[in-house]
Amino acid sequence: MTEDFSFKHKHIISLEDLSVDDINLILRTSESFKEISTRSIKKVPTLRGRTVINLFFEPSTRTRLSFEIAAKRMSADTFNISASTSSAVKGETLVDTARNLEAMNPDLIIIRHSSSGTPNLLAAHVKASVINAGDGTHEHPSQGLLDLFTVKEMKGEISGLKIAIIGDIAHSRVAHSDIIGFRKMGAEVAVSGPATMLPPSLECLGARVCSDPREAVSGADVVMALRIQKERFQDPLLPSLREYASFFGINRQLMALAKPDALVMHPGPINRGVEIDPGVADGRNSVILDQVTNGVAVRMALLYLLMGGD
Amino acid sequence: MGARSLLLRNGRVIDPVNKFDSVVDLLCIDGLIAEIISGKRRSKLPADCLEMDMTGLWVVPGLIDMHVHLREPGQEYKEDVASGTRAAAAGGFTAVACMPNTLPVNDCRAVTAQILAAAAAASARVYPVGCISRGCQGEELADYGELQSAGAVALSDDGQPVVNAQLLRRALEYSGNFNLPIISHAEEIALSRSGAINEGEMSIRLGLRGIPNAAESVAVYRDLALAALARRPIHIAHVSTGEAVSLIRRAKELGQPVTAETAPHYFTLTDRAVAGYNTNAKMNPPLRSEADRQAIIDGLVDGTIDVIATDHAPHSLQEKELEFDQAANGIIGLQTAVTLALQLVHQGIISPARMVELLSVNPARILGVEGGRLTPGVPADVTVIDPAKSFVFTAESVLSKSRNSPFLGMSFTGKPVLTILQGKITYSDLA
Repeated sequence: MTEDFSFKHKHIISLEDLSVDDINLILRTSESFKEISTRSIKKVPTLRGRTVINLFFEPSTRTRLSFEIAAKRMSADTFNISASTSSAVKGETLVDTARNLEAMNPDLIIIRHSSSGTPNLLAAHVKASVINAGDGTHEHPSQGLLDLFTVKEMKGEISGLKIAIIGDIAHSRVAHSDIIGFRKMGAEVAVSGPATMLPPSLECLGARVCSDPREAVSGADVVMALRIQKERFQDPLLPSLREYASFFGINRQLMALAKPDALVMHPGPINRGVEIDPGVADGRNSVILDQVTNGVAVRMALLYLLMGGD
Repeated sequence: MGARSLLLRNGRVIDPVNKFDSVVDLLCIDGLIAEIISGKRRSKLPADCLEMDMTGLWVVPGLIDMHVHLREPGQEYKEDVASGTRAAAAGGFTAVACMPNTLPVNDCRAVTAQILAAAAAASARVYPVGCISRGCQGEELADYGELQSAGAVALSDDGQPVVNAQLLRRALEYSGNFNLPIISHAEEIALSRSGAINEGEMSIRLGLRGIPNAAESVAVYRDLALAALARRPIHIAHVSTGEAVSLIRRAKELGQPVTAETAPHYFTLTDRAVAGYNTNAKMNPPLRSEADRQAIIDGLVDGTIDVIATDHAPHSLQEKELEFDQAANGIIGLQTAVTLALQLVHQGIISPARMVELLSVNPARILGVEGGRLTPGVPADVTVIDPAKSFVFTAESVLSKSRNSPFLGMSFTGKPVLTILQGKITYSDLA
């Protein structure tokens, strides 16, 4: 890639929109920002005076705090709106919310919402940049990017690696972003889980769909577990968490099929003993907490690339 | 127009019922078709006859849209009988059948009468469709005798299926006492589950809940079985899947009295149209795959599908400019139906006569109303089409109160240019 490659995107909504050059730039930028979080004074003036709004319609610990810490460490002013305490409960539409926020001239709006496509709707009504912090079951691009960063940091190269993702692939925005991101960077991605959560059309994203998790995990460099949510018993998608844990949980037996130095990953929050065995979550292959640390760096990079240019 | 007689000169008159397709003159007197005048033979014309030149144009029986939502009573903010029939006339339609999912629903004489009262001054004939179930609640039969005597021409709970199979069975039976056709919205709710788009690659890519084809085919299979049990005809609304086309084809081969309709968007668009979360491509049943689109076209060609009906469903901006899964289902269609059907004619897929069958002859027959032919003595409901006229479908040209169409801004070739209702011009776009 050329020296003067610059980041031309106004929004970060989907990893589908980013090129390999874009992703490499984000990963390199993240690396340079990671060091700031290890200083005693974790502050740089890069985004001083910028207004960043966290517009979260769904609960979040990691993602919101991660974006807020990232913004504040770069000296931006951050403001949090959560749906339950906003006028959304009075029935204000998303478009009206957007217009009202826009009237206060924010530089960046980070949105998490339970409906897919909402970042697109927001972006159509504001001049600010928009970052998708998770929309419905569509994508969670910053999570995908921090997963890419973590794997690259630990393994040196993403291309040629075997990634296995186990869980509710159909409904996981993290899985979608991961599949798209890892495939773009040249890795192989195999997915598995209960058949009810594994529609064949998933192959359109480039993942190999395996009915048996052992097949997906076999020889893998990275094994990623996704949280199984209790609400998945409607539809009905699963009979019980116990069944899931027994046959699809990431445990030592399953990990024995992966490469000995395989990374164990999870976007969090984890259900100990359900999708992942506590011993594996806390074990020496686990990089789950590194993902969280890297999340701040990656988000600082995204904020910088979207707002720090001038 | 004040003239009591109208002479449409030198147009291609296409009248499949009378097996007619020729360039002739068509004379209408006092609101009725008077005479087809061919060759140089010139009848003695009435004194105040308005002559209009139809050279290069098609002159066909007035088109009938048997699936329209006029939103009156109760939702007049997005459409009413007046605006909806103006849009219909601009789309070349001289008659529409309006669905009962209004507020309140049309399950009684009072609402039917209100609709017909509004229709007295309308730009098209309005044929009300009454509810299958009382209140459209899916539990009890509505009063079919009362509805029929009030002027309803058919029954439907459209907008939702009749979930209770026994109720649909009894509805099919009882409607026979009043010769009211049942129009079935075939959907297995347990499979569609408030999905937003077709289940397939797009639903994965966009992260939207998908509605599988089986949600339609399972219900069509059930409805066909119930109609056979009740020994009554049934009309399947808005067919969108290849599976449903196959089931209907097979039922017809076995001699079952089944009819079916599809909407122009199902033979023109696929689920790719929702890319970018375009809520103006969201409707129920949803746009499907390319294979389904082709199967629909095959069904239009081989007679499996009898009717093109728009399912014209106006919605306001505040109902569409929402999160995709919250946005209302439906698009307007009255002013683009003929244009989209003409695309099939231009591509050589169906003949002009077949198009007239789909848009006039068959809807008239299924609803049991006058129309679909230009026989002397019948009301002069006539549609004139310019198959070569280029135009852009602009928002400004929309006569409906709502603008929810995926075709806005697109260029097309061919449109209706003159609509005549009982001898009076309700729409003109002649050069």
